[in-house]
Amino acid sequence: MLENRRVLAPLLIAPAVIFILLVVGVPFGWAIYLSMTDAIGGSLSGNFVGLDNFTNAWSDANFQKALRNTLIITFASQAIVLVGAAVISHYLIRDFRGKWFLRLLIILPWAAPVALGTLGWLWIFDSLFSVINWTLGHGLGIVDSTDPPQWLGRPNLALLSVIMVQAWRVLPFAVIIFLAGLASIPTEVDDASKIDGATGVKKLLYVTLPLQLPIALVALLFGIVFTAADFAVVYVLTQGGPFNSTQMLTTWSFQIGINSGSLGEGAAISLYLFPLLAVVSVAMLFFAKRAQVS
Amino acid sequence: MNQPLQGVRRKLPTYLVVVPFAVVLAFPFYWMLVTMFKEDLDLYNAENVPYVFNPLQWRFWESATTKHVEFLFEDTQYPNWIVNTAIVGIVVVAITLLFALPAGYALARLSGSWGQTAGIGIFLVYLIPPTLLFLPLSPVIARLGLQNSLLALILVYPSFTIPFATWLLMGFFKTIPQELEDAALVDGCSRIQALLRIVFPVSLPGILTVVIFAFSLCVNEFIYAFTFISSTENRTISSGVPNELIRGDVFFWQSLMAATLIPSIVLALLYNSFLDRFIKGFTGGAFR
Repeated sequence: MLENRRVLAPLLIAPAVIFILLVVGVPFGWAIYLSMTDAIGGSLSGNFVGLDNFTNAWSDANFQKALRNTLIITFASQAIVLVGAAVISHYLIRDFRGKWFLRLLIILPWAAPVALGTLGWLWIFDSLFSVINWTLGHGLGIVDSTDPPQWLGRPNLALLSVIMVQAWRVLPFAVIIFLAGLASIPTEVDDASKIDGATGVKKLLYVTLPLQLPIALVALLFGIVFTAADFAVVYVLTQGGPFNSTQMLTTWSFQIGINSGSLGEGAAISLYLFPLLAVVSVAMLFFAKRAQVS
Repeated sequence: MNQPLQGVRRKLPTYLVVVPFAVVLAFPFYWMLVTMFKEDLDLYNAENVPYVFNPLQWRFWESATTKHVEFLFEDTQYPNWIVNTAIVGIVVVAITLLFALPAGYALARLSGSWGQTAGIGIFLVYLIPPTLLFLPLSPVIARLGLQNSLLALILVYPSFTIPFATWLLMGFFKTIPQELEDAALVDGCSRIQALLRIVFPVSLPGILTVVIFAFSLCVNEFIYAFTFISSTENRTISSGVPNELIRGDVFFWQSLMAATLIPSIVLALLYNSFLDRFIKGFTGGAFR
């Protein structure tokens, strides 16, 4: 009986699917249920309150800022990531001396655990001993060293700092995915474009980038999920501050759901993330399919 | 002698692009490296050049100190966190392989066209992130009496390692020639025997890659480790270093940077060594 594919395949796949349903599907359903109750910290249920949590959360100015920040941080950082990855991977695909070492340096930010890499940035952005401010002040004399920029102390600069750190940590991942895409372009294309006289920037624009588009989109969609769903960067860097100006949906749902103990409303806030991720998922399915065909 | 030099000259544009990017991306790690060996007097003096050890001298190590690194290993729970992280990582990887090896194989070989769809479906689970699930999971973990136990992480982490590993393994299995298995089947092996004796040994490099990357996902994870475990000695590296080594407003920057740099370098070396295989598995799964 085990020789029969129709029996064997489901038998081998079932354990993984059942496990995933138990630890992802059930809690996800539970999050939806909780979001419609007045459950408080530590409890598994509460009274049904309909969509009150969603409307309450929405009417809070901090929530709206968190939603806006999630979108700004995600899209701004991913724009930087896409451009950077396209350029780096274009050159990194070739063979050259010292490639192994340079590639090691480039993937370091992705290899480092997020919370730890961000700690490094916390020290780089330090209010008194920031190495950036030393370089700009003592080194180049561009900023006043008695009153240097407070990277994490001013709302706009703090938001910019979060964007930089997100771009920094996702960029190596995008480079890896781009390299995978480049590696899958057949060498015939290379030869053909050489005969047609496409070289350098021309080749990049008209040959390489169009061929890379599907996998570049996959990298982008992943990057969006990684950034929009991230908690550690903002938590370690600013804890949502100053004055809640860098809260994201994830940190705000933690603030409300765990710190303030309003489990129901916290769940509702985190679920606002879902439409964004759902759109991304559907787009991903679509492009993965397209990539298969071509 | 002339050949390599000429090669370097021809590749000049490559270096002009790649080197600056590498320097910028790796700079925080250089900064960690310098910081972790600095004396307090050197570190907390805004007049000093921060990139080097002060007072500046040729024998630069004479201006540096290892005492903060020793402090990290001797007077904090850091060694415990390393052990905890290793335990969680190893157990989770074992569980992951147990579920993902059969599933990945079945999706690659046995299931035909709906297997492709199911494979993508499994991977989409990766898109329901821990930040959506930690709220409903945290009372469940408390109810199960797993609060503060590494078992909580061991139970939950496979939720993101299994989809990832299944996806990668599916890619690797597709690259193994079907003829190998057919030959084993003709020779009288059952399919399970063929799997254990032929397919898994041949795909060992791929499996090893999955082990490395699944392990690093566990080391990376923050929000579950942070919310499910609250006692200092049971923390993992990822949640222990930012939450326990900072006391109020006092930052032990040298020790913090040592705690940050060490796991990062180890993981980066592993990543870099397995990167080419990872790329092969990644494209094999999604786009072949």
